[in-house]
Amino acid sequence: MCLAIPARVRSIQGTTAEVEVEGVVTSADLSVLPNVKIGDYVLVHAGLAIQKYDEEDALANLELIRELYRTVSDHG
Amino acid sequence: MDSAAFNDPAAAHALVDTIAGLARGLPEVRLMEVCGTHTMEIGRLGIRQLLPDNVRLISGPGCPVCVTPAAYIDAAAELAASQGVCIATFGDLFRVPGNSRSFAQVKAAGAAIEVVASPRAALDLARKSSRPVVFTAVGFETTIPATAAAVKAAASEGITNLSFFVAHRLVPPALDVLLADPSLRISGFLLPGHVSAIVGAKAYGALINRGVPGVITGFEALDILAGICSLLGLLARKEVAVKNEYTRVVPENGNPAARRLMDEVYEPCDAVWRGIGMLSQSGLNLRPEFATFDASVRYGLKAFGDEMPEGCGCGSVLKGLIPPEECPLFGVACTPENPVGPCMVSSEGSCAAAFKYGGAR
Repeated sequence: MCLAIPARVRSIQGTTAEVEVEGVVTSADLSVLPNVKIGDYVLVHAGLAIQKYDEEDALANLELIRELYRTVSDHG
Repeated sequence: MDSAAFNDPAAAHALVDTIAGLARGLPEVRLMEVCGTHTMEIGRLGIRQLLPDNVRLISGPGCPVCVTPAAYIDAAAELAASQGVCIATFGDLFRVPGNSRSFAQVKAAGAAIEVVASPRAALDLARKSSRPVVFTAVGFETTIPATAAAVKAAASEGITNLSFFVAHRLVPPALDVLLADPSLRISGFLLPGHVSAIVGAKAYGALINRGVPGVITGFEALDILAGICSLLGLLARKEVAVKNEYTRVVPENGNPAARRLMDEVYEPCDAVWRGIGMLSQSGLNLRPEFATFDASVRYGLKAFGDEMPEGCGCGSVLKGLIPPEECPLFGVACTPENPVGPCMVSSEGSCAAAFKYGGAR
């Protein structure tokens, strides 16, 4: 039930954004997510954008995961 | 970046090898996931089959639908069936049996049950109609800010034909109760990614107090394997900490604005979890200033207890005491087509996952 879908912000009016999820356009409430810009990715759950993230965040996370197996193989 | 990077087979193999190496130095470990989406993805990806024999994955009470008391469904169904109320509900709740019937059954008999994808859609329903609408506010911290926003919008617009039947549940207090039960023997928690996106890592301090580590985990193959790998690393080093392996979505402090919105609208209360019983301060009530939007006040609905269908093992399954296959009803009297208990009917229930993908070894 806690599934949340990454969506790209296309336009913003007040605290409501028009967002795109795999080609489907819908709206999302931005009221708990300050500083969202057009082009950002937001995670939408039940119509509310609950977090945002960008390419840099995703790459840093991937690197964090890779560290888990690199660290072990380096040491042993 | 698309999700392919987080499902890279070479990295997955490397994580599986690392997990095997870490597990060699450990006794049997029991890792509990407390998110229905983790339960389903672990089953779908066949992750149990990739793990060493001494690493057990146990499903906990991670599905909000499964822990919603049967009497809650009964009360909402009764409003629709005999009081002319339109129930607006998430699709997840639609087929869940109460003690006597499900929303699907009362709708088939002519009652107004509308499936909505968001609490805002329930607001729209109420705006367009003069009929009383009751929204079933069910869900964990991921969902609570969205319903809080709808309560505030209803109040500021003065929408009088909408009320909220609140059965939200909070994850961190429930983990603390599970840890207090020594029979569960939980070695560590895979913590729910999207609940954590709201509450942040600090909310799990109770785990540390009880000496049990946890790792905040996302939902792609590499996320889940990384969560397990990181948790085994903590156990191997005897380190009691909460680590975050889902940093792209979960900041250390979660989403403070979302928590402020929750606090503005709701206050904590003791709450019944289906199959588990009453857990202290694990639920939410609307604050007194929003009482006119409280369906239980408006319609005089009573507090509900915890009744389970005869023979149903969902209570033990939800606590991780038994795997779904050990319930005497599993796969015989209780199947996804003909479910008896909530863990089989919910698409993210432990029993539904075990039936669909094969379960624990």
